[in-house]
Amino acid sequence: MSPAIATDGLTKDFPVGFWRKRPYRALDALTLEVSPGEVFGFLGPNGAGKTTTLKLLMQLIFPTSGRAFILGRPVGDLAVRRRIGYLPENPYFYDYLTAEELLSYFASLFGITGAAQRARVSALLDEVGLGAERRLQLRKFSKGMVQRVGIAQALINDPEVVFLDEPMSGLDPLGRRDIRELILRLRERGRTVFFSSHILSDAEALCSRVAILAGGRLAAGGRLTDLLAREVRGWELVVAGIQTEALDRFAPRLAKATAIGDGRYVLQVPADQPVAALVGELASAGASIVSLNPVHATLEEIFVSRVQAAGSARTGALA
Amino acid sequence: MSGRTVLRVARAVFKESVRDRVLYNLVGFAILLMGASYLIGQLTAGQDVKIIKDLGLAAMSVFGLFIAIFIGIGLVSKEVERRSVYSVLAKPVRRSELVVGKYAGLVLTVAVNLAVMAAVYYAVLGYMGWIETEAFKRGWEAPAADPRLLIAVYLVFVQLALVIAIALFFSTFSTPMLSAALTFGLFIAGHFGADLKNFDVVVGDSPVRYVTAALYYVLPDMAAFDVKTAVVHAQPVTAAYVAVTTLYGVLYAAALVAAAVVIFSRRDFK
Repeated sequence: MSPAIATDGLTKDFPVGFWRKRPYRALDALTLEVSPGEVFGFLGPNGAGKTTTLKLLMQLIFPTSGRAFILGRPVGDLAVRRRIGYLPENPYFYDYLTAEELLSYFASLFGITGAAQRARVSALLDEVGLGAERRLQLRKFSKGMVQRVGIAQALINDPEVVFLDEPMSGLDPLGRRDIRELILRLRERGRTVFFSSHILSDAEALCSRVAILAGGRLAAGGRLTDLLAREVRGWELVVAGIQTEALDRFAPRLAKATAIGDGRYVLQVPADQPVAALVGELASAGASIVSLNPVHATLEEIFVSRVQAAGSARTGALA
Repeated sequence: MSGRTVLRVARAVFKESVRDRVLYNLVGFAILLMGASYLIGQLTAGQDVKIIKDLGLAAMSVFGLFIAIFIGIGLVSKEVERRSVYSVLAKPVRRSELVVGKYAGLVLTVAVNLAVMAAVYYAVLGYMGWIETEAFKRGWEAPAADPRLLIAVYLVFVQLALVIAIALFFSTFSTPMLSAALTFGLFIAGHFGADLKNFDVVVGDSPVRYVTAALYYVLPDMAAFDVKTAVVHAQPVTAAYVAVTTLYGVLYAAALVAAAVVIFSRRDFK
């Protein structure tokens, strides 16, 4: 099966400077694949190149080099756009159209007309919680309401692949929960969702795979479970039956030791310590090992470390 | 290019711009001005109908021009600036269809506006004709609600369709303010075609004459669309003149819209 989304060395330079234009690389040789039916989180700090990537996929900007495909066809193919939906970052629509008129207009661009159009528009407005405001002009909408209209218009053609650029932006906690549920419903229906965000809890709650972008480059990527499992930031060792004096000898090699009663201790072992040797030495000192568990990094820790690493690599390259 | 998509875009532009308050204000102001022209006519013995005809046509032209420029410059640049273009272009819409649809939508808006203004204009003139005595009307060069005035209204419409194309062209690559200045500048410069043509009389054999001659052919000849004085004074405007002027306006506008399509199709929306 061909991937739902594929990019191959996708690169974008923007000219900067007033008189003497020089290229600024916003996206550097991005290669990634998203399988059909996946919820894919595209993560990165502000200015990492997330929106640039989405704009390249929507052909709102043209690549300096590299290629991109959606549903096996080049992104420029008009037929592809019949099968996708897109929510831009901080969307804006026409002030003097009502939510209903805007969605009807967008539906008509897909050839959805008449009773089918009315039914689709009505169902979508109800789904995003704007049923009561359907006849209100968009200039009277709050930021959160505009975001909901944006999501509704992205789904107007019941797309196979949905691109959402910062979908939670501008939403209150209730709104964010609604959108999370909507994304999960899309996943249940076998739709592919590609969403960019810098809110990591959303990615952890929704995504099967993620890519972390930093400084225009892919800093990390893969299945969320693999990514989290790969990153062990230490060990948690529970021991019993060891004397306090004996334990003190191990203190320099431990991050922390906490007594939890009944002569048991929870020992935090840093990742750089040889844990197997430590376990052996503790056993020789009279301790019995109750449990040993790896402590995995959170997505946030992975994100921060990769982004910082990418930042220092970029600074080094420029120096 | 799909005609259906163009029509759907045009319909949305029409709906949006008709509801735009700026438009209501301008139309309201135009109507007000025509009312004022009637009052002025009351104070000017014998010349009242001519003044109303003159002022009415001038008001239609000026207010139509404001609509064409101020909505025309925002057609593309405002969409890009506010990013509403992102959602539209992610749909199965070619960039060329969006540009042509936007142009068609505003031409339709201007046409409806002119029609409303013309209706008010004829109502005022009809009233003038109705209240005056037959003896008084014998002194007029033409009847009050003279159907030939429609020729001038029609050519104002063709001229505004050209102005919209100019505004659209500039708005595909510059800011709204700059587009407005350039469009207005071109509109004014376009009224001096005859002066440019005859500039060689002033400068003699200087190289400047080639520049002015080139400008004469490149700049739109806006004066050609102005037959207000002729129709108000009941002078003939031939069908051939109207046809050739229309063809000129249509071809010039088509070239500008085509250039706008080319520029817009290659543009990066940063």
